[in-house]
Amino acid sequence: MSLDVILFFVFGIVAAITAVLMITRRNPVISALFLVLNFAALAGLYLTLNAQFIAVTQIIVYAGAIMVLFLFVLMLLKPENEQKFLELNPKTKIFAMIITFIVFAQLVYMIFFAKPSQYISKDLKKSVEVGTIEAIGRELFTNYIVPFEAAGFLLLAATIGALVLAKKKFD
Amino acid sequence: MEITIEYYLILSAFMFLVGVTGVLTRRNAIVVFMSIELMLNSANLTLVAFSSYLGNSIGQLFVFFVMTVAAAEAAVGLAIIIAIFRNKLTVNIDEINILKW
Repeated sequence: MSLDVILFFVFGIVAAITAVLMITRRNPVISALFLVLNFAALAGLYLTLNAQFIAVTQIIVYAGAIMVLFLFVLMLLKPENEQKFLELNPKTKIFAMIITFIVFAQLVYMIFFAKPSQYISKDLKKSVEVGTIEAIGRELFTNYIVPFEAAGFLLLAATIGALVLAKKKFD
Repeated sequence: MEITIEYYLILSAFMFLVGVTGVLTRRNAIVVFMSIELMLNSANLTLVAFSSYLGNSIGQLFVFFVMTVAAAEAAVGLAIIIAIFRNKLTVNIDEINILKW
């Protein structure tokens, strides 16, 4: 087995297992920590796809900034353990799992039926080129400058919105 | 054995549906938000996989926009959760049913 196969399976299995553990733990802090591990595994998967810049951004933005925000809010609020996974509303939960399993089976069937890999094969040299900061930055600041500015405006609006919503009194 | 794009797509589908299950079954509003982050990340994995296999950097560009929207959504959503907690002293979404018809 070559190195990229081993790396894909290591990071992929870690990502899948931590995702399942994340939704089944009762303590939300432990859920958040498993989600951090999941994001780190995803960053590894991005590296196997030669998307170096996205991998670094994933660690900094997601595992760093966003998850710290989540843990900070968990610290502010009263930690309350939920009941065991199937104790409350077992019918709803089993129904939800059946539905998601059916959708997953459909997606897997479609992916095997469509066989995207017979049309798409990995061109290693090209995929290394598109993952660099240079290639992404050139697209971002030429063809996609308007969405970029809109994203900046969205962040400004979100900052003001968060301040207004979390304020003590509306006056 | 070669890693084709199907492996990434199936992993992404699995993670997305784990996120859907989390949204449907968990009762803590913050864990529901974390499940939504998981779903956004699985979509990101699909975008990066196609971008890398097709040799086109637009997919990775869109991952940035998804990250921006995720950050904005997390900030506003958590502020809403704090505001609700201040009024009702709970983040259990079964007890936050004031808009339920």
